[in-house]
Parts: sequence; structure tokens; C-alpha cells
Amino acid sequence: MHARQWLNRLTPFLLLAPGILWLLVFYAYPSVQMFISSFWAGTLETGFTVSLDNWTTYPQALERYGPQFGRSVVYGAAATTVCFLIAYPLAYTIAFRGGRYKSLLLFLVIAPFFTSFLLRTQSWKIILGDDGILFGPLKDLGLLGPDFRVLATPVAVVAGIAYNFLPFMTLPIYVSLEKIDGRLVEAAKDLFAGPWRPGGSIAGGVVGGLTAGGLAAAFEYDIVAFAILGAVGGVLIGAFFLSESFIQIVFPLSLPGVFAGSLLTFIPAMGDFVNAELLGNTQTRMIGNVIQSRFLDNNDYPTAAALSFMLMAGILVAVAVYARLLGTKELTSSG
Amino acid sequence: MTRTTTPAQPARSRQAAAIRFLDRYLLYVYTAFAILYLMLPVAVMALFSVNDPPGKSNVIWHGFSLDAWLNPFGVPQLFDVVRTSVVVALVSTIAATMLGTLIALALVRYNFRGSAATNILIFLPMATPEIVLGASLLTLFVAIGNPPFFPTNFLTILIAHIMFNISYVVVTVRARLYGFDRHLEEAAMDLGANEWATFWKVTFPMILPGIMAAALLAFSLSIDDYVITSFTAGRTSTFPIFIWGSARIGVPVQVNVIGTAFFLIAVGFVALTTILQSRAARPLPPPTAGRERAATLDPAPTALTEAEA
Repeated sequence: MHARQWLNRLTPFLLLAPGILWLLVFYAYPSVQMFISSFWAGTLETGFTVSLDNWTTYPQALERYGPQFGRSVVYGAAATTVCFLIAYPLAYTIAFRGGRYKSLLLFLVIAPFFTSFLLRTQSWKIILGDDGILFGPLKDLGLLGPDFRVLATPVAVVAGIAYNFLPFMTLPIYVSLEKIDGRLVEAAKDLFAGPWRPGGSIAGGVVGGLTAGGLAAAFEYDIVAFAILGAVGGVLIGAFFLSESFIQIVFPLSLPGVFAGSLLTFIPAMGDFVNAELLGNTQTRMIGNVIQSRFLDNNDYPTAAALSFMLMAGILVAVAVYARLLGTKELTSSG
Repeated sequence: MTRTTTPAQPARSRQAAAIRFLDRYLLYVYTAFAILYLMLPVAVMALFSVNDPPGKSNVIWHGFSLDAWLNPFGVPQLFDVVRTSVVVALVSTIAATMLGTLIALALVRYNFRGSAATNILIFLPMATPEIVLGASLLTLFVAIGNPPFFPTNFLTILIAHIMFNISYVVVTVRARLYGFDRHLEEAAMDLGANEWATFWKVTFPMILPGIMAAALLAFSLSIDDYVITSFTAGRTSTFPIFIWGSARIGVPVQVNVIGTAFFLIAVGFVALTTILQSRAARPLPPPTAGRERAATLDPAPTALTEAEA
């Protein structure tokens, strides 16, 4: 009987052992090694020596690649915002109006991502090309000036990132909307929650103005003009579409999904270098581009390791703050 | 829903009708446009797989041609890189699915010390940007500095792919296990099946759809991975690395052909499994009925016969 009890106690650890060992050796330990490698000096040929004196790699890397770090944060935040604006109404429609087509709609949202990430981005290069299938005809009609371009600008990079990480935003929002009990909304309507003209207009105006202004700042456009445009659009949408029950019940209940989606979009967006490389120019390089070229083209392991470590540390802080405030359940269950 | 408008306010009711109309249809119109937007790059990729460009650059439409489809591997190296990608995806999927399923079973079925830490260790690789996963593995391999790990090669690609797939398998299988009705296992044990027989005759068949979904996800993540692979590949080339390399000088039409074929196979496979599953599910009673029956310790007859066999 004793032996059997021991075996029962041991079973979970036996089940865990192979997979967890793999993750410890090839995920957890490499993270430690990366930190050690950031204190390396030397080259691949001469070999590397570790010394704490090499801490200067960090300030040097920050000084040299500060703009790329800044761009990663700004582009990541802009792409996350765009993702949210596109994904929320989409997730809302599937969750509340999908009916029997719910699974089909969800499948259609995920299906494009069965294509290679690189080929999707390559397709955007074709679509956004200066005389490509989108802008070519508009230029021929005289609707756009001949110098108008999107490809090789920050807008193209952010658009590409937003497209590529859209499911990470859509699915968590969908999951949290889907869980909402429809009876709550009905109860609110019974309690005279109606269309909410003044409140909706104010909420829409403020959010629209801030969003458009923020995006304009990210792209270095005219902040005031875009903020006003955004506010007007927000007021219109808010006045007509934001009902009291949505603002007071549905949206607050979907916030865990919005936060989870934002984190799951922002993290890969910040580390991305594929979109910046294929859709951007030399002035749109992000921290990912630097890490990749330092590692693979220059074999400058210490600098690259220091940059990766700083990126990872920033993300760990974000995840820790999130987990502290909202718990990890929402993040892992929507993956 | 049944708000009535009094005929005394015709202007208000007209406005209300307009809003109701917008409210009813605008979201559908929006969703249609959103799905078009999502599909657009796929459509462009497929369109440019039948393009007939004169040179290497395949970014401008020149005319219809099926040449690339008739000769999909007519570019040097392309067959080799696709084969490497498929082999890596198959091996890493099988390994990660086994390791991940065991972890999911342990996490859902047992209360043990360290389960919270395990959850964190499962979650972190999914929250780490791919570039950091690849970069940290490369520093490990450089630090080892000897074969078979350095210079990086086919083996190091496999190690990386198994690593990043495990977490996704755990999450997918765990979702299936949470909805699992343990009364069915108890029924099998009551009827004399030992734990081993119960697992293979009852538990495994029931979580198999979850395992299949996890494997499909792992396969598609692996075959598409560029970022992590670029750090761990060394001189070995996979399909995504080939695309990246050719992006600067011009992606051959054949790459679009293979991309389109992968897309069609994946979508067809998902559609097929969905149809088969809904077929298989049809003769069974609805899930609520099954759950009620199990709750009264009167297990469904199908599970019984399987457990006895």
C-alpha cells in the first residue's frame, strides 16, 4: 500500500519530467546564458571571457541603439491600438451576432494565418507598392499625388505588424465577450438603459481624439488636426452606436480580454523585425533588426545579448504588472 | 428588445428605426470588410502564383501562366528546403505533442507542489518574443561551442522547434481536459478496468481531438517559423529561410505556388476534420444529456462497451 501511495504521489512529476526538463534546458537556462553572454568580451575566433567589468556594454548599447528601442515601443503601441480598433467590433459581431455561423466566422478570421508569415508580409509589399494594385489605380485617377507612398514608411511597418498579430487581439476579446451573460444586458434594458447619446458622444469623442492624436504622434503627422478628426469621428460613432448597456456592462466585462489581447499583441509586435525589414526603410529599423544583425551578421554576441536581455526584462516587467493586477488565467486560457 | 414607440412621436420613431437598421446591419457589413481585409494578402499570394514575370522580381502583374504550378520545384534548392521544413515540422510536432500532453495531464489531473511554478514555465515561452527565444538559444549553443550544437545545424533547429511548441500543446490539450467528465473513468474502473486500460480505452479516445488540434497547431507553427529558426539554423536552410533570402533579390513564383498549396492543404485538412467530427458526434446524445446521465452515475452505453472491450 505504501509503495502504491508513493507511486501516486510521484505520478505527476513523472508525467512532467521530460517536457519540463526540455523547457528548463532549452528555455530557462538559455535566458541565464544570455545574461552571462552580455558580459562577454572577445570574438568567436579568440573565444570569449566573462568579466563584470564588461557592464559598460549596456550603457553603450543603449546609447547607440536608443532610437531603435524607442521606435519598437512606439510602433508596437501604435500597432496594438490599430489591432484593438479593428478587432473589437469583429470579435463583438462574432460573439453576439454570429448565430450558427460563429465557428465559420472564427475559422475565417484564423484561416489567413495558415499562410507563411513571410509570404503574407510579401503580399502586403505587393499591395502597398508605389504603383501597386491599391495605389496605382488611385494615382491614375488623380486621387493621389504621384509622390504619394506608403511602402517604406512607418505607416507600412505598423500596418504590417497590426495585420500579422491581429488574431492575438481578436481571440482573447472574443473569448471574454462570449462569456458575458446576455441576461445582464436584458436586465439593463429593463432598467431603462437605452441609447446613450450624451454619454456615448463624450466617451467616443475623448477616446477618438486621444487615439487619433496618439497615432499621429507615432507617425509624426499633424497631431492637432488628427486629434480633431478623431474626436469628430468618435462623437459620431459614440452617439449612434454606444448604448448605455454597452458602456456600463459589456465593455467593462470584456476588459480582461482587451488587456490580455493587448499584451499578447504588444509583446511580439515590439520584438518584430520582419515587417520593419520587408515593409520599411533604414529609418524604420526596430530593436529586433539590430539584435538580428548584431547576432547573425556581425557576431557581436555581447551587444546583442545585452539588447535582448533589456528587451526581455522590459517585457517581464509588463507581464508581472499584468499578472499582479489581473492574474494569469486569462492569458494562458486564450492562447 | 420589445420597446414600443408611441405613434405620437413620429420623428423619434423614424430616427429610432434608422438606428435600429444601422445597428442590425452595420456590424455585418463591417465584418464582411474585415474578413476581406484578412483574406486580401492570401488572395494576392495565390494570384501571383499564376503570374508570368519576365525577370526574378514577382511584384508586378504581367499575365496569366500556369508554368510555376506545373513545375513547382523548378528552382534550385527549393525541393530540399521544403523537405527540410516538413521533416522538422513532423519530428518536432510528434515530440512536442507527446511531451506537452503529459504535462497537460499532470497539470489538470493532479494537485502537486510546484504546479504554479510549472504554469509560469509553460506560459513564459509564449510571452517571450520569438527573437529573444532564438537569440538566447544561440548564446547557449555558442557558449557550448562544440558539435553537435555549434556550429548550429539541423539538430539545433529541431531542439528549438520542440521547445517553442511544447507550451502551445499544453494549452490546447489542457483546454480539452478541463471539459472532461471524470465520471466516465470512474465508471470504467468500477467495471474492473485498471488504470492503464481506463486511460487507453476511455481517456485517450476522448482527449484525442484535443491532441490532434494541438498537433495541427504545432505543425503549422513549426513549418512557418522564420525568426527562431534563423538563429538556430546555421548553414541549414528551411522554406521560410529560403523566402527571406530570396526576398531581397526577388521571390520566385514557385514560392507562391508552394505557399498557396500549403494554405489549401491546411484549410482542407481543418475542414475535413471538422466534418468528420460533426459526423462522428451526430449519433451520440447531446452533451447536456450525457452530463446529466453521468452525474446520476448511469454512464452512457457507448463508453461502457468501450471500457469493457
